[in-house]
Amino acid sequence: MSVNKMQIMVCGGSSCHGNQSEDILDNLRIELEANALENNVTVTGTGCFGLCALGPVVKIMPGDVVYTSVSPEDAKEIVTEHVMKGRKVERLLYKDAATGKTISTEGELASHRKQLRIVLRNCGIIDPEDIDDAIAHNAYEALGKVLTEMKPADVIRIIKDSGLRGRGGGGFPTGLKWEIASKNKSDEKYVVCNADEGDPGAFMDRSVLEGDPHSVLEAMAICGYSIEAHKGLIYIRAEYPLAVARLKTAITQAKDYGLLGTNILGTGFDFDIEIRYGAGAFVCGEETALIHSMEGLRGEPTVKPPFPAEAGFRGKPTNVNNVETFACISPIILKGAEWFNSIGTEKSKGTKVFALAGKINNVGLIEVPMGTTLREVIFEIGGGIRKGKKFKAAQTGGPSGGCLTEKHLDTPIDFDNLTAAGSMMGSGGLIVMDEDDCMVSVAKFFLDFTVEESCGKCAPCRIGNKRLHELLEHITKGKGNLADLDRLKNMSLVIKDTSLCGLGQSSPNPVLSTLENFREEYVSHVTTKKCPAGQCKDLMEYFIISANCVGCTACARVCPVNAITGERKEPHLINPSICIKCGACMEKCKFDAIIIR
Amino acid sequence: MKPINSISVLKKKKNQILEKKHQTGKTRVRVHMGTSGLASGAKEIYELFRLELEKRNIDSYVISTGDMGYSFAEPTVEVTRPGEAPVVFGNVDKLRADEIIEKYIKNGEFIDGILPVNYRTI
Repeated sequence: MSVNKMQIMVCGGSSCHGNQSEDILDNLRIELEANALENNVTVTGTGCFGLCALGPVVKIMPGDVVYTSVSPEDAKEIVTEHVMKGRKVERLLYKDAATGKTISTEGELASHRKQLRIVLRNCGIIDPEDIDDAIAHNAYEALGKVLTEMKPADVIRIIKDSGLRGRGGGGFPTGLKWEIASKNKSDEKYVVCNADEGDPGAFMDRSVLEGDPHSVLEAMAICGYSIEAHKGLIYIRAEYPLAVARLKTAITQAKDYGLLGTNILGTGFDFDIEIRYGAGAFVCGEETALIHSMEGLRGEPTVKPPFPAEAGFRGKPTNVNNVETFACISPIILKGAEWFNSIGTEKSKGTKVFALAGKINNVGLIEVPMGTTLREVIFEIGGGIRKGKKFKAAQTGGPSGGCLTEKHLDTPIDFDNLTAAGSMMGSGGLIVMDEDDCMVSVAKFFLDFTVEESCGKCAPCRIGNKRLHELLEHITKGKGNLADLDRLKNMSLVIKDTSLCGLGQSSPNPVLSTLENFREEYVSHVTTKKCPAGQCKDLMEYFIISANCVGCTACARVCPVNAITGERKEPHLINPSICIKCGACMEKCKFDAIIIR
Repeated sequence: MKPINSISVLKKKKNQILEKKHQTGKTRVRVHMGTSGLASGAKEIYELFRLELEKRNIDSYVISTGDMGYSFAEPTVEVTRPGEAPVVFGNVDKLRADEIIEKYIKNGEFIDGILPVNYRTI
C-alpha cells in the first residue's frame, strides 16, 4: 500500500467517548464497507486530542483535517464527501466565533488545548543521557545568554518580573529569594536544588530529573551567576535511583563539555554541582532540615530567621529552590519575563505540573497554565473518574494540603485560590477520590504519614499529631462521640499554631478540611456508627439477603475463617463475630445476595 | 569530548547536531523509559525494537528518553517517520510493538490506541 492511503482517526478520550465517539467509529466503518472502501481507508480510535470542548473530534490524514462536534449520523457525509469526492464537509469544521474564520487543520486548533508544557518541554523528547540531544533542544543557551549579555542584577530582575513563584509548595517569589541571597555578602555561597519530593502521589520532580536533567543543571548555574555562588548541590532522595543515575551522567557530560566547572563558556565564571543524598524523609523537604541533612546532621528544621539566604549550608548564604522552579528558569531567560508573565492568573504566573493519581482514568503528569479549573484538570485532561463513579474530592498538597470538593470544581487553580479553599498548592500531587472513599479514613491516612514522618523535635507535632491520629482511629472504630469532633478541631488548630516548621504547621490540614467539607460523614461515624462509604471495617457488616440466596455454598467455601454456615440450597448466614470482613464472599456471590450494611 | 569554550562554539555545535539529525532520513523510535515506563516493561520493548528493526532491515534508530507523563498508558513509544510528524503509541506490549513495526513504521498505517498530541509546548 502507499503511504498516502487515507486514515481517519476518531478521538476516544473520555469526553468524546461520552458523546458517542464509539458509534462514530462504527458508522464510519460501516459506511466505508458499504462503499467498498474498507481496504483503502483505515479507521482507528485514538487517545484524547485535548480538544474536549470541541468534541467529538475526527481527524483525517493526509491533510490534517479536523472535524469538530461530530455526531454518529455525520459518518455518511464524511465518507461520501471527504473520502470519496475529496471535498471537506464545511459544516463540521470549527468556526472561530470571534473572527468568523473556518479552521480546518489540527495545527490551527492547538490554542484550544488545555495543556501547556514549559517544565515538561523536553520530557520524553530528549535522550537524558545524551547532552548533544539536550543542546539541540536549546540546553545551555540561556546560560550562555546570561553569562555573556547580562549582569547578575539583570537576571534577578527578569526572574522577579516574570512573577515566578516557588513550585515546592510555599509559593515564595523566586526572584525575591534570589535577590535576598545576592545581597548577603559572603566569601562562599551555595545554590541548592531541593529534589526531596516526599508527598505521597507526587512524582513531577522525578520525571523532570529523569527526562531533562540538563534544564535543572543549567538553571542552577544561572542562579549561581546571579547570586555569585560557585557551588551547587542537589539534594535528592536515594529512592530515586534512575533520577540519580541520569543526573550523574548529565553532570559528567556537562563537565566534559566545560558547561560546568571552571571558566564556563570562556567567561571566567566557575560553577560546580554535586549530588547529596537523602534517605527519603518528608521533613527534609523543609529547607532548614534539608540543609542540616546535607551537613551530615539530623534532618531537623530550625527556627527561621535566620533564613537560608542569610545563613544556610555551613552557615553561608544559600538559595534553595525546587526542581520544577529551576526547570522554569531557562525558558524565562530565553523568551523573556513578559512572555512568562502573560501566562497564568494575576498572582500566580506560568504553568504548574500536576501528578494525577487515585481514582482517575488518566493517571500521570499534566502541565496546565495557572488558573485552569479543577473540572478541566479532572474531567477533560484527566479523563474523569474511574469506572464512571461520582467525584467526591481531590486532595492537593499531599499530607500538608486539604481536599477540594465539588463546589471547588470551577475554581481556577492557583496559589491563592487553593489557600482560600483551605488547601494548598504543595508540590502538585493531586489525589482524586470517588464516592467509595471514606473521608475520615483519608484524613487518617495522611495523619498516619505525618506521624511517621514527624522528626520529633517539637512537642506539638510529635505528640499532637499522634493524639490526632488516635482520635481518628477511635472514630473509624465506632468509638467516637460528637465531642471528639470538637476536640479534633481544637487540637488541629493548636498544632498548626505552635509547631516549629511547615510539617507540623500544615499536618492537621487534611483533618480540618475534611471536617469542614464532610462533617456529615464524621457525624455519621460517631452517632449512627456507620461509614457512609462502607470503608471502615469496624463499622460495617456483611449480610446475606436470604431472598436472593440460592444456597450454592460458593461463599461458604471461599470464606477463610468459616464464618458462613447453611445447608445446600438453603439461604446461608454470616456470623458477624467470626467474620473478618475480607469481602471474599461478596466477590464470589453470583446472585447479589451479599451486601454491606 | 571537545570543550565548548564560548557561546559561538555552543551555537555551532547545536547547528551541527541539528543538521545531522535532519539529514539522517531514518525512522526514529523513542521509547519512554522513566520510572513509570520501566516499571511497565519499557526496557523489554526498547530491546525488542532495537533487535527487530535491525533484523527486519529498517533504516532506523532507537533512543531512550524520560516519561511523557502518560503513566496510564505505559509503556509508550514515539515513532517519527522521515519527514512526518511524530506519533505516540500507548500500552505497547510485544504484540503491539510488532504491529507498530509492520503497519506504521513500514507502511505509515495507523493502528488503534494512538495518543495524539494534546498539549501546547514552547
